[in-house]
Amino acid sequence: MAKPVEQLDSVVIRFAGDSGDGMQLTGGRFTSETALTGNDLATFPDFPAEIRAPAGSLPGVSGFQLHFADHDILTPGDRPDVLVAMNPAALKTNLGDLPKGGTLIVDTDAFTDRNLKKAGYDSNPIEDGSLTDYQVHAVQLTGMTVGALKEIEGVTAREAERAKNMFALGLMSWLYGRPTESTTAYIEKKFAKRPEIAEANLKAFNTGYAFGETSESFAVQYEVKPAKLPPGQYRQITGNLALSWGLLTASKLSKLPLFLGAYPITPASSILEELSKHKSFGVRTFQAEDEIAAAGAALGASFGGSLGVTTSAGPGIVLKSETIGLGVALELPLVVIDVQRAGPSTGMPTKPEQGDLLMVLFGRNGESPVPVLAAGTPGDCFYAAIEAVRIAVTYRTPVYLLSDAYLANGTEPWRIPDTTTLDPIEVEFATANGSDFQPYRREPETLARPWAIPGTPGLEHRIGGLEKANETGTISYDPENHDLMTQLRAQKVAGIKVGDQPVDHQEGADVLVLSWGGTFGPVHAGVRRVRGNGGKVAHAHLRWLNPFPANLGDLLQSYDRVLIPEMNLGQLRQLIRARYLVDAVGYNRVTGKPFKAGEIADAVEAML
Amino acid sequence: MSELKLTARDFKSDQEVRWCPGCGDYAILAAVQSFMPDLGLEREQIVFVSGIGCAARFPYYMQTYGMHSIHGRAPAIATGLAVTRPDLSVWVVSGDGDALSIGGNHLIHALRRNVNIKILMLNNQIYGLTKGQYSPTSEQGKVTGSTPMGSVDYPFNPLSLALGAEATFVARAMDIDKPGLTNVLRRAAAHKGAAFVEIYQNCNIYNDGAFDFVREEKENRLYIEHGRPAGDTGITHDETDFATAFALSRINYAEHGVVPLGVFRDVPRDSYDELVQAQLDNAKGDGDLQALVGSGDTWSIQ
Repeated sequence: MAKPVEQLDSVVIRFAGDSGDGMQLTGGRFTSETALTGNDLATFPDFPAEIRAPAGSLPGVSGFQLHFADHDILTPGDRPDVLVAMNPAALKTNLGDLPKGGTLIVDTDAFTDRNLKKAGYDSNPIEDGSLTDYQVHAVQLTGMTVGALKEIEGVTAREAERAKNMFALGLMSWLYGRPTESTTAYIEKKFAKRPEIAEANLKAFNTGYAFGETSESFAVQYEVKPAKLPPGQYRQITGNLALSWGLLTASKLSKLPLFLGAYPITPASSILEELSKHKSFGVRTFQAEDEIAAAGAALGASFGGSLGVTTSAGPGIVLKSETIGLGVALELPLVVIDVQRAGPSTGMPTKPEQGDLLMVLFGRNGESPVPVLAAGTPGDCFYAAIEAVRIAVTYRTPVYLLSDAYLANGTEPWRIPDTTTLDPIEVEFATANGSDFQPYRREPETLARPWAIPGTPGLEHRIGGLEKANETGTISYDPENHDLMTQLRAQKVAGIKVGDQPVDHQEGADVLVLSWGGTFGPVHAGVRRVRGNGGKVAHAHLRWLNPFPANLGDLLQSYDRVLIPEMNLGQLRQLIRARYLVDAVGYNRVTGKPFKAGEIADAVEAML
Repeated sequence: MSELKLTARDFKSDQEVRWCPGCGDYAILAAVQSFMPDLGLEREQIVFVSGIGCAARFPYYMQTYGMHSIHGRAPAIATGLAVTRPDLSVWVVSGDGDALSIGGNHLIHALRRNVNIKILMLNNQIYGLTKGQYSPTSEQGKVTGSTPMGSVDYPFNPLSLALGAEATFVARAMDIDKPGLTNVLRRAAAHKGAAFVEIYQNCNIYNDGAFDFVREEKENRLYIEHGRPAGDTGITHDETDFATAFALSRINYAEHGVVPLGVFRDVPRDSYDELVQAQLDNAKGDGDLQALVGSGDTWSIQ
């Protein structure tokens, strides 16, 4: 009865269907099953901004790509090995990515004349021989699902049809030998209030699984052994979840109550939603009337001694810039999180880009320095958030933390940290010491001014956006004082201790790849590929964009050629060239999709 | 607690006041400083937050905590402070341009949320600091630097606007009427949640005499009191009745020959910070960080 099992070291699967077909849920469940198998994994949910785009249309296609392996991997994969296409539109928009010989699973019931026409097919590709280059499994997914659920009482035909994604999940779970218990438990919990729907989804899931076992269409089952990751307890995590938990952790480490001011915006909203659940941590979340108020309230909370944080994406960040400028003048802690998406303006809300770097560095009036750091992977968002808080409260400054839509929604296994071993974040509020209080007298080490919160006797003082006299903080229009204060604010940020830049050097390499932010996975995967082909290349991935690590200049000078891949038109490259006079070359693509390891490898090889 | 009761002098900062000589702001500052000891709070427990404009210089002159922030944003900044620090007495000082034009959105939302802040809107019906352009409360036809042929916009009625924004406390006072202003300040301070106080303020440089019909002509002042007839209007004032408060907010000198002064509306309602705190107090869970990061489907790698 049991079919032969073939070993694979890695697989890339893409689920694609209508935005109402539940592809994100299907992908998410398959990811959970895969995580529990112990594979390393990376995911890329790719969906339209519209909640329900017109059914069957090309723009309405929602996709979820998952890469899992028995070894350490870095990306969701350049191209799928397996494409599950729930309708003609999904096939049309995704088939180009499937290599010849790839596996294609299609729901034949969805290939109706009407759907074919909507997708722009003149004839049915399943029948007209146009798919002969692929291993096609034409499955009556909808029909078999509806048939299996016929006898469940209280389930409408429409509801039965909607369970077809669970059939597909069941089939794929069998094909790759995934454990089913977690999905069973998930369905029972999710539909606890509608037992008949729970039953229908479970039935669909199990029927799909059984279909794989018995159907002659599937001759072999595949196995991908657990990956040898560093020992520990793991869970899967998205960037936004990691970022939210990083903020909670930083609140604990600093003993400062967390205040989040936010206005809903894609792809940052899930941080607001996550933190709003954790009131038992003393978190106050404030859904403001607009982006400006979200930032303003966070700054007001910081003035009062809370950990003020505001989250958004590019179109919201532009509105916050005056508040951040005020934060620079007030020299108060404020953490500003920009989950970047494709721009300009509304751009492509669900698609990643690195187009905001120069905005967050320079998008304010006057000389207005702000430290900027960027997370590199979904799990790294946790540590980047803690670091952002540490710098904000230590130096009393707004800090920008950059993430992007790819990190925000992408998943990877995350080794659960022992939070008791994380370094505390030292915070000392000023207290009266008998002498006249000077709100702008700085600590010599950090150049930070005192954080003197209301309620502290004897430290009553006024701060504001007008230029202040050094030390006393009173309003000053004195020319020399303004020059001095401008220099001091710049020195404070330039002097932030960010640690030396590590480099993944390879003996004999004279090309350095310099990357930053959410491209770490594909860029490093590309570097590995080059090395696998015998090429010699070094890779450095920047966490700190302002200030740059102190050794960065020397590091850049120690290579003959520097390649800077970015999902923008060369923003970091412009900074690097200006600052270090290095003739860096760019690899720049702004497609709204994450880089592929292959294109990075090609770009590197062209420089060797 | 200090032994000696504080006085107005204790609330004067060491900063030289820099409003134009003859500005109505001086009288308002003096009235506020005189009233402050009545709060019964130490100075460190009081915070003044402002935006931009002539009125926004106010915090510099108060020996309390203070923030002179950005144009129109004071209610938003004060919201973050008030919701995280319910122990403080938070005051916002604004003007007609700051509160109603660039900051209109923040004003209405702070009012509807009933954030525990006291908003003093100094209304001089002109942009003073930018040298005399018309404001959202300027009368139609106002000839100013930016409207040489007269403004065509219809003005706001600030009290009607505040009431429409679900404000729980709405009042009006005048710069030179110290007893009336002090009474309104006292009532505002005692109110739980957001208080909106419009203060007629004479800008003697760019809009001199705008309120002469009530500042100078005292017979046109209609002091309203809860439970008593409001002059000859036929309205018996009820601070808890929205329709009454709104009707009184529509009475104006041009049409009715009088200007109502005093408290228009004062109703009890839970304040924003109280409601937020209640959710924190009632939250399930013990804030166990390690349990949180280890939650969900997990697996072990040896």
